[in-house]
This record gives sequence, structure tokens and C-alpha cells, in this order.
Amino acid sequence: MQQTRAVEIGTGLFVFLGIVALFFLTTRVTNFDSYEGDEGYTLTARFDNIGTLKLRSPVSMSGVKVGRVSSIIFDDEMLEAVVELRIDGQYSKIPNDSDASILTQGILGGQYIGLEPGGSEEFFADQDEIQFTQSALVLEKLVSKYLFSQGGKEDK
Amino acid sequence: MKRIFQDVWYSVQDFLQTFGSSQLFLVRILAGVPAAFLRPSLIIKQIHGSGVLSLAIIGISGFFVGMVLSLQAYNSLARFGATESLGVLAALALTRELGPVVTALLFAGRAGTALASEIGLMRATDQLSGMEMMAVDPVRRVVVPRFIGGVIAMPLLAAIFSAMGLFGAWLEGVMLLGVDEGAFWQQMRSQVDVYDDVLAGILKSFVFGIAASLLAVFEGYNSIPTAEGVSRATTRTVVLTALAVLVLNFMLTAVLIGEV
Repeated sequence: MQQTRAVEIGTGLFVFLGIVALFFLTTRVTNFDSYEGDEGYTLTARFDNIGTLKLRSPVSMSGVKVGRVSSIIFDDEMLEAVVELRIDGQYSKIPNDSDASILTQGILGGQYIGLEPGGSEEFFADQDEIQFTQSALVLEKLVSKYLFSQGGKEDK
Repeated sequence: MKRIFQDVWYSVQDFLQTFGSSQLFLVRILAGVPAAFLRPSLIIKQIHGSGVLSLAIIGISGFFVGMVLSLQAYNSLARFGATESLGVLAALALTRELGPVVTALLFAGRAGTALASEIGLMRATDQLSGMEMMAVDPVRRVVVPRFIGGVIAMPLLAAIFSAMGLFGAWLEGVMLLGVDEGAFWQQMRSQVDVYDDVLAGILKSFVFGIAASLLAVFEGYNSIPTAEGVSRATTRTVVLTALAVLVLNFMLTAVLIGEV
């Protein structure tokens, strides 16, 4: 009887440890918090080119994460990328003339959307569209722009 | 020349026969699974055998795998000045691959051999036949609880392995090599996904749990009832489980990454 008790206590402890490890892995190690707390609102933004922006890339304002990219689709009538941003509910006072640009984190980092606050007195509401957007910088285009501008100088 | 072809053909037949009979055995086990939960004390005893007693080897291995992962990755990442990515690298490697696979291999060595030799000895000492004489189905009484115990224990062990590995990676990277602690955790949390990485790893270890437990009980149950037969069954358990786990791992990774 004493031995069964020890076995059962050991097993209980083991299962408990396993669940603690699982809990640790899902909540502390991952972006789990971006899935929960769906109190927020959605904004859309149109870009000519989104670079390597991906689903769930962060949306940040002054460097603070305020939301995530929730969908990326290509509008084949307007020929533009349409990005939906899910903004956390606590950031409900973003001026509605703020502009969105696609920026890069560090030199090897992924791309994210940076919001620059505007001066409007009114705030974004759910399903609003961000009017002012700036596309991602594509390295090849930058290089070719630079090369062509150099070529122009030599002509003169 | 003809002899060689014949030998190859016979061994292919042998392989197919073993494979087929193990699948039929799995069906027999699964049929007994619902009834086994009526006697949870048997299952608890087997979780203890496969899980609790493997805890030390899993925890310590995980810890040192994490440490060495951190140490190796740090030297490569330092060349690019990207040592902050150490946390992401360790977390992805541990949750997606190393956790499930190394746990399954260690499980085969620690628990699989114990299951196979225990059931094999029962076979050799006619305990299984004795049960049949008393109209007790040995598959339901002996095999099924061990199978369920292994299947339940494996994902938990893999999670413990990954968590201990991260602890080791953190200790080595942050405490000894001086990677910034905030960047270590923050980059990890922004890059590791709950579903694609952690749950995919758990799913993998669940499948490995089924494969490893099935092979162990199958080999034990069908062992030749001699001392040599039991030892051969134990060896085959480890070899086959290692192969099955590595092949299944490739297939599961291909499927799971295909979805991302």
C-alpha cells in the first residue's frame, strides 16, 4: 500500500512537471499573448510593395509594439497589397491621419510596420483605412536608382 | 546470383510480415484502450515506469543539450554580431526537433528496453500463457496499460526536455557567455510560434510515443521465449525505434512545414 502511494505521488508529480513545462513553453517562450485578448480593432493599409512583411509581423509606434499584421492579400483590381493590422484595444487614441511605413528591424531582422502619429484630433476606429503609407525599400531598386543617378551625372 | 535475389526477397517478405503484424497488433491494442481506462491504477503504474523513472535521464540530457547548443551557436552567431538570436535558435531547435527526437531516442533506451524485456520475460516464463489459461487477455491486461503509459509519458517528457534545454541554453548563453538577457527572451517570444513550433513539436512527440511504445510491447510480446530471444527483442526494440523515430521525424517535419 505504501509503495502504491509512492508510485501515485511520483506519477502525479511527473504529470504536474510535464504540464508546467508545457505551460512554460507555450506562454513564456512563444508569441502566445498575440493570440489571446482579442479586444482590439482592425485597420487596413494599402502598399505598392510590402517587401518581406509576414503575417503576425509587429506593428509598432515609437518603437512600442501596438499590434500585429493579421492578414496580407493582393488586391488584383487596384494592383496593390492590402494589409490588415490588428491593433490592441488599449491603444485606441491613434490620430486618424497617422502614416504607416514598412521598416526593417536591425540588419538581419524581419520587417515591421511603423506608425508615425499625425496631428488630427480624431482617432482611428475599427475598419478604418490608413491613408498615408510608405512601401518597403527594395534593395535592388535602391541600387538601380543610385546607379542611374550616377550615370546621369557623368553625362553632364 | 539467384541465391542473392532469393535472400533479398525473403528478407523483404520478413520485413513486410513484421510490419504488417505490428500494425495488426496496434489495432488489437487500440481495441483494448477504452476498457483500460476502467482500471486507471494499472496505467498510473506504467506512467510511473516509463515516465517518472525516465525523468532524470531526460532532464539531465536536455540540460546539457541546451548548454552545448548555446555554446556552439554562440561562436557562429558571434561572427555576424547576431548573438541576440541565440534564444530564438535554441528555442526553435529544441521545441521543433531536438526535444521530440532526442527524447524518443532516450525513451527507447530507458523505457522501451524495460518494456520489451519485461514482457519478453513474461513470455519466456509462460506468464502470458498462464493468463490465457485463466481467460485473461494478456494484451488487455499487460500490453495495453504499458502502451498507454508510454504514449502519455512521451509528450510530457519531451516538454520537460525542451524546458530543461532552454534553461541550459539560458544558463550558458546569458550567465556564462554574456548574451543580453532581455534580447534573449524577447527575440524568442517574438519569433517562436505556439502552433507552428511548440504544438507541432508536441504532436511529433505524441506520434513518437505511439511508435516507440508499440515497437517495445510488440517486440516483447512476440519475442522467442528463451534468454537469447529476450535479449534479441530488447536489441531490436532500440534499433527499430531509433530508425522509426528518425524516418517519422522527417515525414512529420515535411508535412508540418509544408503547412506553414
